[in-house]
Amino acid sequence: MNITVQEFKHCDMIKVDGRVDSATAPQLAEALESANDGGKYKIVVNMSDLEYMSSAGFRALLAAQRNCKRYNRGEVVLASVPERIREALELAGFTELFKTFDDPLQAVGHF
Amino acid sequence: MKTVQFAARFEYLDEIREFVGKIARSGGFSDKDVYNIQLATDEAASNIIEHAYENIADGVLELSCGMNGDVITIKLIDYGASFDPSEVPLPDLKADLSNRKIGGLGIFLMRKLMDEVHYEPKPDKSNILTMTKRKR
Repeated sequence: MNITVQEFKHCDMIKVDGRVDSATAPQLAEALESANDGGKYKIVVNMSDLEYMSSAGFRALLAAQRNCKRYNRGEVVLASVPERIREALELAGFTELFKTFDDPLQAVGHF
Repeated sequence: MKTVQFAARFEYLDEIREFVGKIARSGGFSDKDVYNIQLATDEAASNIIEHAYENIADGVLELSCGMNGDVITIKLIDYGASFDPSEVPLPDLKADLSNRKIGGLGIFLMRKLMDEVHYEPKPDKSNILTMTKRKR
């Protein structure tokens, strides 16, 4: 798994590549928390090069969404979610908790 | 059935998914099913590492996998605390963000993605989790 953070004027984009499982999810959680610690609550998670995500990754996203949405200060949105991962998110009932965008820049434009 | 032993640590999840993925792929499962079989196995192994071997550093996870006709069988054996996935309450998938429970999701996915999930604690202190899925 590899994470890159790009700052935009109105949001941060966290691009997570590779595979997120119980071994690597803590790094994703850390990236999301560190954005929040820096006062950033509007976050695009770019999944265009994500190959795999288990429920450990879903939990990191859920925790971040809770923290970001508190006091209406922002939200986490998902961009370019690969089909297999979208199906698993749907099965877990997570698609209702996150806005999703086909294109990362479209997601950035949302903020 | 092919069998491999892993140290019960998250760092081996990659290899665990590869092991079952290879057998499922050569058994003729679709890409989607291969992904889902890997996901269910990952969730099962993660639960064992996290719960059965909680506070145990040198746990062993024995993974067996094989095709029998159109059915793939995945068997995970551990020697940790018994933990019956069928007794874990299902998460409320309709709950809103603030009420959404964080636990139970992995087990829910295992049950959704596989045809059958069986759990059996044995008198010799081992626990056997068996999952099967039929090719469509």
